[in-house]
Amino acid sequence: MLKDITLGQYFPIESPLHNMDPRTKILGLVFMLVAIFAANGVIGYLTVAAFTLLIVLLSKVPFKTYFKGLKPIWFIIIFTGVLNFFLTPGTKIYIGNFSTGATIEGVILAGKMALRLVLLIISSSALTYTTSPISLTDGIEKLLLPFSKMGLPAHELAMMMSIAIRFIPTLIEETEKISKAQQARGADFDSGNIIKRAKALVPMLVPLFISAFRRADELAVAMESRCYRGGNGRTRLNPIKFKKIDLTTAIIFTVFFAIVIALRFI
Amino acid sequence: MIKTEHLQYTYRTDKTPIEFVLDDVNIEIKTGEFVAVLGHNGCGKSTLAKHFNGLLLPTGGNVYVSGMDTKDEELYWNVRRSVGMVFQNPDNQLVATVVEEDVAFAPENLGIPSEEIRERVDSALKAVGMYEYRKHAPHRLSGGQKQRIAIAGAIAMRPQCIVLDEPTAMLDPQGRKEVINTIKKLKDEGMTVVLITHYMEEATKADRVIVMDKGNVVLDDVPRNVFKEVKLLKKIGLDVPQVTELLYNLKKAGLPVNYDVLTVEECADELAKILL
Repeated sequence: MLKDITLGQYFPIESPLHNMDPRTKILGLVFMLVAIFAANGVIGYLTVAAFTLLIVLLSKVPFKTYFKGLKPIWFIIIFTGVLNFFLTPGTKIYIGNFSTGATIEGVILAGKMALRLVLLIISSSALTYTTSPISLTDGIEKLLLPFSKMGLPAHELAMMMSIAIRFIPTLIEETEKISKAQQARGADFDSGNIIKRAKALVPMLVPLFISAFRRADELAVAMESRCYRGGNGRTRLNPIKFKKIDLTTAIIFTVFFAIVIALRFI
Repeated sequence: MIKTEHLQYTYRTDKTPIEFVLDDVNIEIKTGEFVAVLGHNGCGKSTLAKHFNGLLLPTGGNVYVSGMDTKDEELYWNVRRSVGMVFQNPDNQLVATVVEEDVAFAPENLGIPSEEIRERVDSALKAVGMYEYRKHAPHRLSGGQKQRIAIAGAIAMRPQCIVLDEPTAMLDPQGRKEVINTIKKLKDEGMTVVLITHYMEEATKADRVIVMDKGNVVLDDVPRNVFKEVKLLKKIGLDVPQVTELLYNLKKAGLPVNYDVLTVEECADELAKILL
């Protein structure tokens, strides 16, 4: 079950989107998110949806992968959809003489919300699928650099993030192992009320924390052995560069953003 | 290459009498040599390994790496980059989510220009036979493969010596074989190798074996002479290679065999002598 999480997973292939500067992609995503929420009217939504589709095509990541990433939010979409159907005031929908309780406005609102959520997840996934965690954190580090003069530890934050991402699969595997080991000794994680279940998690969390601390200690020693001494004077295997493709993308994004905002106020 | 003089170390300086984890260790590892360090759990072999690149500094005595005193703060990073380290748990020493970015970690820290990092990463990955996996995620690889990535990460620093602290302890037999073959290949290419282990079969492949017990060096010789000391090794809780053990027991039972053998072939020859 835990292995189904695809958000945040890198898809190692070659594509125009993979070649871009992570900074372009991060800022692009910020613009995208604002545009998704600013979009208004049919044309506005179509523009945003078409643009998202373009990004997906450019990423060369199969559609199937994106759909898998949507799995965890289907429930939210359906749940909020049903609420919107019935709770939005407006013209009731009739089948023959029988009132369904849903309203036309509700159906439209639910559609909008669903579209927004789906576009939100897809465009965020497009960033994480096409950017390796290292270049993602590199990008964040570079974007935060102006603030490091004000005392923000940009490099340390980026390093922490990349290590956290690196250890997600390792810790998931460990959690499953511990859970099986505790179950073998009679631990029961699936019955009883919420408090009982929460209590049952304690024998799982304690070993997990202890092992995480041990891992952290060993990792620190290994990093020191490989001459890690903070961000000063570090070079990169793949230094991030603002290339022509990034300039083109930045211009396209600005135009797209302007269109969506303009459509809202027309 | 590496030399220790009256090396003493204790984790606790507040306790009296001081219990030394290492007590007066004097060894010298020559350039290009493949040395195995053997010992029971808690004999101080890992502590010794951590002195070879200045992760731990001696409480008493000195450690020299290529003539550099590890206590000299100015030479700190020169010592580190001269001696690559590989640890037991492959999962806890990989920092990146893509193989080649992990191998690049050390050269990046050293501030090497990008083009040279690329070249170092490629040659390090080829040296351990993992070049085809350079774009993979480490957590999808097997234990043996991960450990080879860790070795590549160490040799990408271009050290003169590589110290491996029980690199095969958490691996299955297949992974163990992969790692040992990689180590042998590095040795053949001229790398100085220090292998800390408790597998006797691995130690037989070294040029020299150092046996430690309670913080002291008890034996320091070529494998053939070390494993002849069956009684002493058993006394300090170590095994001898199965073939040595077999012939040792036959000898004890009164058969005219020599038990200074290391490989199955040699053992077969010895047995053939008494049977034919």
